[in-house]
Amino acid sequence: MMEYIPLNFPFLAAALLVGISFYILIFKRNLIKLIMGIGMLASGVNLFLVALGYRAGGNAPIYTDVPEGPMVLPVPQALTLTSIVINVAVLALMLTMVILIYRHTGDIDSKKSRILKG
Amino acid sequence: MLSKIVRTVANQLILFILIFGLYIIAHGHLTPGGGFQGGAVIVSGVVMLLVAFSSKELKKSLHERTLSIMESSGALIFIGLAFAGIGIAFFYNFLVGTPIFGRIPATGPGPGDIWTGGFIPLMNLAVGLKVVAGLSAVVLAMALFSSGEEIE
Amino acid sequence: MRQVIGLTVLIVVIAFLVSGMLPFIHPFGYPPSDMDDYIIENAQEETGSNNVVASVVFDYRGFDTLGEATILFTAVTGVLLLLRTVKRKEESS
Repeated sequence: MMEYIPLNFPFLAAALLVGISFYILIFKRNLIKLIMGIGMLASGVNLFLVALGYRAGGNAPIYTDVPEGPMVLPVPQALTLTSIVINVAVLALMLTMVILIYRHTGDIDSKKSRILKG
Repeated sequence: MLSKIVRTVANQLILFILIFGLYIIAHGHLTPGGGFQGGAVIVSGVVMLLVAFSSKELKKSLHERTLSIMESSGALIFIGLAFAGIGIAFFYNFLVGTPIFGRIPATGPGPGDIWTGGFIPLMNLAVGLKVVAGLSAVVLAMALFSSGEEIE
Repeated sequence: MRQVIGLTVLIVVIAFLVSGMLPFIHPFGYPPSDMDDYIIENAQEETGSNNVVASVVFDYRGFDTLGEATILFTAVTGVLLLLRTVKRKEESS
């Protein structure tokens, strides 16, 4: 098992990003830190998707003036494109809601903004 | 509103950013890029204008009605091209072989021809319109809300 | 106390994810690729474009791009709906 560590290093980096973002989402209370944690989770998943489709010594999968050699797999790159656009849309909606919460309650602690209670 | 030097430089730079973004959108079937990437470049140019001039000045040029028509027409062109080949399949590439965009390139590496690609260049344009209109409307709305105006 | 529980959760989650990455995934650089070999061979004749990634996004998997355009439209509509300021008339009832 020790020979997998220098080879699979991009997968380890993606797992580290996802693990740290789990810690942020469970244990932090500030709303802006939670939004940053969700952004970090998105980055970890995108890195994992692109690293799954790498072929050793490959070139970009575009036929215009490409040098000789094998080509990298194109389907994970298409999935990553869709994932990035969806993350931008979700982040825009989250930031809008934080702006409105701050204007109504004056506080961005997630335990103090339960105005539906009581 | 920032100083006069910043406003003059931003007025000159927006032309180059617009041309670079349109180049990335238009050559989406030959080089890396496409609709989403070129749209993001143009939106970054609009954000530069928003920082140099204040949001109240920019609201006089970018009406909400213009952005709404741009985004809806982008979505309608995309759906129209998807339904146009419905005789054989949904999303069938009906322009390959016809003289509009339908040449087939030589197999293997080689320089590209811009009249290839089927309906991919037209879909790149539709998605580029949608991204530019949508994201610049979101950025303008957030800036106007934070400074206390109403959007009407 | 809360910090000790936090550190323990962090170490357990990272150990679980890393132990899944090491032996169960294919070695980095040699992926299994049957569908992608077919797409790389035949994308120039069937779609007619030099960019294989663009032909995958818009032709072979165009339905996913339709869903993504719908999500972008819905998110922009939602943001513009939430950020309207309504003038309140001063009424005494």
